[in-house]
Amino acid sequence: MNSIIFTAGARILVALVFVFSLFMLLRGHHLPGGGFIGGLLGAVAFIIYSLASGPEETRRALRVSPEVIAILGLGIALLAGLVSFFMGDPFFTGQWYWVGGDSYETAAFSINSVLVFDIGVYLVVLGGILSLTFAFEEET
Amino acid sequence: METLAALIIGVLTAASVYLMLARTFMRFLFGLILLSNAVNLTIFASGRMTKGHPALVPYGADAPLVAVGNALPQALVLTAIVIGFGLLAFALALAFETFRRTGTIETDELRFAEPKEDTQQ
Amino acid sequence: MNWVLVMPIAVPFATAVIVYLARNYPAGRWISLAGSVLSLIASAALMVAVLREGVVAAQMSNWDAPFGITLVSDYLSAVMVVITAITGLATAIYALGEVPEETERLGFYALFQVLIAGVTGAFLTGDLFNLYVWFEVMLIASFSLLVIGGGKERLDAGIKYVALNLVSTLVFLSGIGLLYGVTGTLNMADLRGAVAASDNQGLITVIAMMFMVGFGVKAAMFPLFFWLPASYHTPYFAISAVFAGLLTKVGVYALMRMFTLVFVGDVGFTHEILIWASLLTMFTGVIGAAAQMDFRKILSFHIISQIGYMTLGLALYTPLALMGGVFYLVHHIIVKANLFFVAGLAKQYAGSTDLNRLGGLYKSAPLLAALFIIPAFSLAGFPPLSGFWAKYLIVKAAIELDMWFVTFVSLLVGLLTIYSMTKIWGYAFWKPHPEGYDPTPDRAPARVTATMITPIAGLAAMTIIIGFFPEPFVQFAQTAAMQLLEPTDYVTTVLGVQP
Repeated sequence: MNSIIFTAGARILVALVFVFSLFMLLRGHHLPGGGFIGGLLGAVAFIIYSLASGPEETRRALRVSPEVIAILGLGIALLAGLVSFFMGDPFFTGQWYWVGGDSYETAAFSINSVLVFDIGVYLVVLGGILSLTFAFEEET
Repeated sequence: METLAALIIGVLTAASVYLMLARTFMRFLFGLILLSNAVNLTIFASGRMTKGHPALVPYGADAPLVAVGNALPQALVLTAIVIGFGLLAFALALAFETFRRTGTIETDELRFAEPKEDTQQ
Repeated sequence: MNWVLVMPIAVPFATAVIVYLARNYPAGRWISLAGSVLSLIASAALMVAVLREGVVAAQMSNWDAPFGITLVSDYLSAVMVVITAITGLATAIYALGEVPEETERLGFYALFQVLIAGVTGAFLTGDLFNLYVWFEVMLIASFSLLVIGGGKERLDAGIKYVALNLVSTLVFLSGIGLLYGVTGTLNMADLRGAVAASDNQGLITVIAMMFMVGFGVKAAMFPLFFWLPASYHTPYFAISAVFAGLLTKVGVYALMRMFTLVFVGDVGFTHEILIWASLLTMFTGVIGAAAQMDFRKILSFHIISQIGYMTLGLALYTPLALMGGVFYLVHHIIVKANLFFVAGLAKQYAGSTDLNRLGGLYKSAPLLAALFIIPAFSLAGFPPLSGFWAKYLIVKAAIELDMWFVTFVSLLVGLLTIYSMTKIWGYAFWKPHPEGYDPTPDRAPARVTATMITPIAGLAAMTIIIGFFPEPFVQFAQTAAMQLLEPTDYVTTVLGVQP
């Protein structure tokens, strides 16, 4: 793909889509969104980049191989489940820590294991889809 | 609504069976995609097709205030779509790799694991 | 109570993550081994809990059944999890000797651990849709393990395996969808009551048949077994062994679970079909094996024929028969995985798995020959090895029901199994090597051979122990069968209330 317009446009588009993917990730749980959708969007961002600049360049931009991203995501998701172990709850029970309040209505924001799990999912989806697309792009 | 869904499922399944009977593995895969969509639609229709709002609980409430659609089949279908997508992507990659290494994905010619002379022992 | 159920699944997953990150270092394989040992410890803890309590259950994420996902283990699940961990450990050791470094770098051990996690999850889940998810985890790992290392045969085998398994999964999934439409629940314990209370029993029977087809493909039952002999002889021997030992058994386990817990409304119809399917499975499998001249292909067909015995145990649907089925399941995983291990070592020693090109192993590798005899004769049902007790229980159950034809076929298939095993013995071990040279064990480095023979010896020892001291195992199987036939405990433990 050697179109200058696309390559130039891709830079803006990639940034936009990627930020939107992070927005979707953080918005999840209480509103539509979440790790899976976010991960898909993040993958779309990098796929646009790789269509514009080629898979080698994208791999360089990612720094870590997509397979490692995916497997790290799996590890993070697993850790999010294990947190409840130390709290004495069943596996994967959401653990919530409210900052500046004691419930959803009053707190400014919360630190919770659900978001950690979602981040894990995000990374799994991102890594999984990218490793697949790279496999197809690089073979041809 | 259910009747329409049932008809669509039937047509999809018929088309997928026709495709899966083809000799090329690619057509088989296309058939599989159709079949997996038919199955997803089956699950979706099983949750009853009703007009309703998204199953979201508004701020400050403990339960949805209006009649909402059944959320469980949606979750199941989403999971099934994701898994189906992963498996089909793998199958496509496998078909591609097979074509690259062996030069064919005609099912009649794919006899590398079971060569013909084996059967005549 | 929760953690004994979660750990057998979480440990292999965690191991997979760490092993993948360490795949380029020699430490990776030792981490995999350590993970397998930990899995074994975790599953032993589960077994202890089950022995103490009968049935244990845990609600994931603290969502009560039937709304959340339940992990539940009765005797059958517990023994399957333990045997999975044992096979996993044996394979992890065996793979140290067999799998080359390039394959390790591709993430072999990580995939293997994911496979074990998937199998364990399938045994432990109490939710039908979750079972589907575990099947898929297992499948995607097995697809990759089947073709890893490349080669035309593996790709060809992979295509057939993938195609048929995907279709069966879709049949299973649409069965889930329809069952949800009829009953409105997918929790297996809850389904028991909901299915019995449904006023649409005709549709329930149709759905039961869809499940039978879906699981029948996984379990390689007649006439749905064609993917198995097409693919099991191509991958690494370690992988063949773990596939042969575990993957088809997950299908059998799912059949046993569904057709004792949920689909019991029309036993006369569904289980009658199972009887005939089992008999045909046994017979076609053993006949197919008789026509083969390759070590692994013979073993592959024997998997099919042995699957027939297990499903027959389910199909006869008496306490004794189910007890035999459970006993058979456990015995067969050990024996069959071991035979594939032996085949791999025979190839190391003599350079082929084609019986015409093998030979002289009795002279060149007497220890291997001795270790082959044990699982082979156990498979054929020689007393006093474990296979004898398994077959004895099933045949006795058939006799008690006055099913003489079933008895006759079971005995005949046993006889034909002996024929196949003696064929392997005669060609590979007894006759001199056809190409004249004397194959000597030092073709592979001694260290490699030692790693590969350790799991063989371990599993053979287990076969002997079960054979000579069958009493505790039989009693265990009896309790497992009673729990399957009378699942009140299971249902109340999962749902937490009296039904």
